[in-house]
Amino acid sequence: MIAPPSTTRPPETGAAATNGKGPLHGGSRLADQTFRWVCLASGCLVLVVLGLILFSTSQQAMPAFRAEGLSFITSKNWDPASGHFGALAFIYGTLLVSAIALIIAVPISIGLALFIAELAPPRLRVPVTYVIDLLAAIPSVVYGLWGILVFGRQIGRLYVDIGGWFHGIPILGTLTGDANNLGRTFMTAGIILAIMITPIVTSISREVFATVPRDQKEAAWGLGATRWEMIRGAVFPYSRTGLVGAVMLGLGRAMGETIAVALVIGSSATISAHLFGPGDAMASVIANQFGEATGTFRAALIGLGVVLFIMTVLVNLLARKITGRADRRLAGGKR
Amino acid sequence: MNAVAPDVVFGPGTPEAARNIARRRRADRAFTGLVYAGVAIAVIPLVAIIYYVVRKGSGIMSVGFLTRDIPILSRSVGPGMGPAIIGTLVITGTATLMAVPLGILAAVYLNEYGKKNRLATVIRTMSDVMTGVPSIVMGLFIYTIWVLRYGLSGFAGALALACLMLPIVIRSTEEILRLVPAGLREASLALGASRARTIITVVLPAAISGIVSGSLLAVARAAGETAPLLFTIGAARNRNWHVFGGATTALSSQIFSNAQLPFAGAQDRAWGAALTLIVLVVVLTVLARVVTRRFSVPLR
Repeated sequence: MIAPPSTTRPPETGAAATNGKGPLHGGSRLADQTFRWVCLASGCLVLVVLGLILFSTSQQAMPAFRAEGLSFITSKNWDPASGHFGALAFIYGTLLVSAIALIIAVPISIGLALFIAELAPPRLRVPVTYVIDLLAAIPSVVYGLWGILVFGRQIGRLYVDIGGWFHGIPILGTLTGDANNLGRTFMTAGIILAIMITPIVTSISREVFATVPRDQKEAAWGLGATRWEMIRGAVFPYSRTGLVGAVMLGLGRAMGETIAVALVIGSSATISAHLFGPGDAMASVIANQFGEATGTFRAALIGLGVVLFIMTVLVNLLARKITGRADRRLAGGKR
Repeated sequence: MNAVAPDVVFGPGTPEAARNIARRRRADRAFTGLVYAGVAIAVIPLVAIIYYVVRKGSGIMSVGFLTRDIPILSRSVGPGMGPAIIGTLVITGTATLMAVPLGILAAVYLNEYGKKNRLATVIRTMSDVMTGVPSIVMGLFIYTIWVLRYGLSGFAGALALACLMLPIVIRSTEEILRLVPAGLREASLALGASRARTIITVVLPAAISGIVSGSLLAVARAAGETAPLLFTIGAARNRNWHVFGGATTALSSQIFSNAQLPFAGAQDRAWGAALTLIVLVVVLTVLARVVTRRFSVPLR
């Protein structure tokens, strides 16, 4: 039906592009150029929007940045009533919750990706892919609804029990202390985030595993390796960089996730090691407090958004850089 | 690259060899067991969420629930999510009308004009970065740039959603355009068609199924978003078909606010809205898959 791509194609900007006056030539050169510029402008829109996000939000956040200076991110005193806006507790919360999410989600996601790429019998491969797609399709707010009304209450009792068992033991006692029986805690937020970032980490890991050259794997099989030895010896070394990128992308997602976290984290501006106690994260503070905020308070919340924006953009850029490097290496390795 | 550590240095049949093989088999079985456990753990939350949403949501689901107004008093029991459904459709629809054409044009620039030049590379990286921008930041952005001047409206929410959709549409469309064989373009150009005409009448039609399914996935993602709507659409309870006409509401915002209320009636409505939203999103996702399967032109 369609001709296969020719192998000896001329450089596209050469002869083909200068052709503009043939007998079947449709539309004028002006229309052609206009279309090109419209496409170019749409492409640049991405850059414009990203620039505007940074500019516009920073501008609105200025009153808070000016009032607080550096203590905006180094102080943990967040007291809107008396005009103190130190966001350290929220930065801590975001990082803690994201860390919990990654610790849970990364092994499971890599397992899922290995399952799909290497282990699954063909009839299970497609259903598992569907499960992951569906996990990605469920809206954040539905995770939050389930978290606040069902999961949190169920697991809250468990928190209290575990807190009781470990009471008085040095480190575990601190981690499990102050258990919240409604389950509105760092831990619940972390677990729900873990579920939410599993799809993206899985799908990137899958892509990474798919790039492992067949002959490397077959060489391992040929040496008599078991499946685990083949994966450890041929798949993992080849995909390590790509997996780091996948984890970074998951981290970026986790840091920016708002609504589910806002519903289950418990809204308490504290820096505490009590994983089973309430806390707060940057995105959830913005979501929960913006409604009643005015003046500098509102500027401070927008400022939190600026900090969050910068953090996620850096994490994403780093992730792309890492995976980009992996891609280049792979592309080089093929020839 | 060393594939497997050559730890078998003794002849076959010796007791050491047998023990060694048994140890390796055990490790392999343990690994397989762990992977299967991981799959099981991943399935549990999906099943749990769908079970609860369907069980609790179907209790309140009815034609009345989909069409009637939201009760004035949050504590009252009974149906009504009509305005939120209208809001979600209007806002998501408007966002789609903005993001999809612009996204396709941007992808055309990247794949047909820019290719590997510096600007195209930067745009490509930045649209990847833009996919990672938290949705709440998009909401704040539209708040600062639009709502502060023109007030709350469905359109402001649509702008925020469009910002979220744009990079998704760009990347998925570009992936598909890359699969269109160069021979098609060359044939059209050789017949004397201009670059623009080639793209519009040859390249885009060849890629249409992929573009549609990518766009549907972006719409599905946007329809479920809450955070970008928090500061942009306000919190009305009335029906608002008019996208520029002041405050409105949406399914996701209703779930968010009702989930935090202590009243059983409000929580029931949240579950009902969640069921409606999930059905909407799943239909869009499945539709995207069907479009890819059924209507894809064999490009390779």
